[in-house]
Amino acid sequence: MTTTEAPPQAAPERQTSPAAQRRDGWIRRAPLLPALIFTIIITKLPFLVTIWYSLQSWNLVRPGSQRFVGLENYATVFTDSQFRGVALNSILLTLGSVAIAMVLGLLIALLLNRAFLGRGIVRTLIITPFLITPVAGALLWKSVLFDPTYGLVNFLLSPFGAGQTDWVSTFPRAAVIIALVWQWTPFMMLLILAGLGSQPPEVLEAARMDGATGFAVFREVTLPHLQRFIELGVVLGAIYLVNTFDTIYMMTQGGPGTASANLPFYIYQRAFLGFDIGESAAMGVVTVVATIVVATLALRLIFRSFSAAEEA
Amino acid sequence: MTAVAERAATPATTPRRASRGAGPLLSMLAWIVGLGFFFPVLWMVMTAFKTEAQAVTIPPTVIFTPTFDNFAEVFGGGVGPYLLNSLFATVASTVLVLLLGTPAAFALSLRPVKKTQDVLFFFISTKMLPVVAAIVPIYVVVNYLGALDNVWTLVVLYTAMNLPIAVWMMRSFFLEVPRELLEAASMDGASLWRSLREVVLPIISPGMAATALICMIFAWNEFFFAVNLTASRAATVPVYLVGFITSEGLYFASLCAAATVAALPVVIAGWIAQNKLVQGLSFGAVK
Repeated sequence: MTTTEAPPQAAPERQTSPAAQRRDGWIRRAPLLPALIFTIIITKLPFLVTIWYSLQSWNLVRPGSQRFVGLENYATVFTDSQFRGVALNSILLTLGSVAIAMVLGLLIALLLNRAFLGRGIVRTLIITPFLITPVAGALLWKSVLFDPTYGLVNFLLSPFGAGQTDWVSTFPRAAVIIALVWQWTPFMMLLILAGLGSQPPEVLEAARMDGATGFAVFREVTLPHLQRFIELGVVLGAIYLVNTFDTIYMMTQGGPGTASANLPFYIYQRAFLGFDIGESAAMGVVTVVATIVVATLALRLIFRSFSAAEEA
Repeated sequence: MTAVAERAATPATTPRRASRGAGPLLSMLAWIVGLGFFFPVLWMVMTAFKTEAQAVTIPPTVIFTPTFDNFAEVFGGGVGPYLLNSLFATVASTVLVLLLGTPAAFALSLRPVKKTQDVLFFFISTKMLPVVAAIVPIYVVVNYLGALDNVWTLVVLYTAMNLPIAVWMMRSFFLEVPRELLEAASMDGASLWRSLREVVLPIISPGMAATALICMIFAWNEFFFAVNLTASRAATVPVYLVGFITSEGLYFASLCAAATVAALPVVIAGWIAQNKLVQGLSFGAVK
C-alpha cells in the first residue's frame, strides 16, 4: 500500500532533463508550502525565541532589567525544588490519567461490544464527557460534585460516613485525575471499540472451534489485535494530557501550594503571575527537551502502528 | 440522533455466544456505566433549570418545575459577545485550516513529494511539544504587534493548532481515493484542477466535513491561548466561564446554565459525528 515512504509515482518518461525534474518537483511541492511555512512560523519560531529568552534575566516587574545571563536561569530551575515537584506531578497526572482511562475504556468497550438494546444510546451517553468544554467539565466537578457542603459526591457517600470532605483541597491531585479520567475514558473506549470492530470474526470463530474459552480467546487473539489501538490511545492521550491546563486552572489553581500544579500551569504562573520571562522560558526549554525524549519514543510506537495499519 | 449512532456503531460486531445467562446482566451493567458517565452532565443541565435555592438543597431536589431564569440571566448578563468571539475564532480558523491543509494533504498523498514521511513527522511533532514553552514569546510578540485581546490572534493560533491534525486526517482520506479514477480522468484529458474538483473532492467531502468538525470542537474548547492572550474584547466562552465563577461565587444554578451554554454546541456536534471523531483523533489510522 502507499506507505509514508513517498513512492515517486511513475515519473513521466519524457521529462528526464534535470531542469524539468526540478520544475516538476516544485509543482508537486507548491501545494504543501503554505501549510508548511505557516506551521514553521507560528509553532517553531517561538521555541527558538524561548531559547533566546531563557538566556536572559528578564522580569517584567523591573523594566530595563533585561540582560544576558547565560545558563543562570537553568541553574535556578534545576535547583528549584518546587520545579522538581511540579515535574513529578506532571508525570503522575499524565500517567495516572492515561493508565486509568485506558483500563476503564478497555473494559467498557468490551462491555459495549455486544448487541443489546439501546447500545447506540449508551455509547452516545458515554462519549459526552469527552465533548464537554474542559473548563465547563472542571467547573462541574469542582462546584457541583466535589463541593464540601452542597456537592453531590458527599451526599452520595454520606451513608458511608463521609462527612463534609473538601475533596478538591484535601486530595487535589486525585480530584484532578478523576476529572481527567472522566473526560478521557470515552475517547479510549471509542478507540478500542473501533479496534474490536475491525477484528475479523473468522479468527475468533476459529479460536473457539479449537476449544479456547472466552478469556483465553481474549488474551490470545483479541488483546494482541488491540495492541496498536491501545498504543495509539496511550500515545495520543499522553500528548494531550501532558498539556493539561484548563482542568487544573479551574479546579485547584495548582494548589494547595503547588501540590497539584503540572509544568504547563507552573510555567504559566511564573510567566504571567510572577512576570519572570527568563526563568519561565528556561523551564519551557527543559520541558521541551524532556518531552522530545519521551515523544521520540512515542513516535516510534505511533509510526509502527501506522505502518501496521496501512499494511492491514 | 440515536439512529445515527446505532447505524454508525461498529460494523462487524461479534455477538458473544457464551453464557446466555449473563447477557441481560451485562446489558444492564452497560446501561449503568453509560448513565454513570452521563450523570454529571445530566445533573448540570438539571441544575441549570432550578432556582438557586433548589440547587443547593440537601438532599438534592430531583422533582421541580423548570425555570428559564438562569438562562435569561446568562444571556442578559452578556454572554453574547463571548459566544460571537468563540463562533468567529472557531469558524474562521477552521476555514483557514481547510484552505491550507487540503492542498498540503493532497501533496502528501495523491502526488506525493519527496520525504513525505519527514514532512508528516514534522507536522505531528508540533503537537508533541508543550504549547506552554511557546507562550512567553508568543505573548511578547503579540503584545509588540499590538494584537493582544484581538480575536484574529486566536484565529491564527487555532489554525496552527489544528493544521497538523487536519493534514494527517485529510491525507488518510485522500489515500482512499482510487488511483484508477484519477488516471481515467487524466486519460480523458481532464486538467489536474478539473479532476480534483470533479473526481477527488466529491469523494473526500465527507472526510473534509469530519475534519472541519474536529477542528471546530478543538477551537471552541480551547482555553490556554484564550485566557492568556485575551481580556475583554476578544474573550471566548471558556474565558467567560472563568469570569463567571469569580464574580458569581457559589451561584450553582446560574453557573450550571452558563456551563451548559458553553458546552452544548460541541456536545451536539460530537453526538452527530462520534464515529468520525475517533477516526479523526487517531489521524485516520483506525478505520
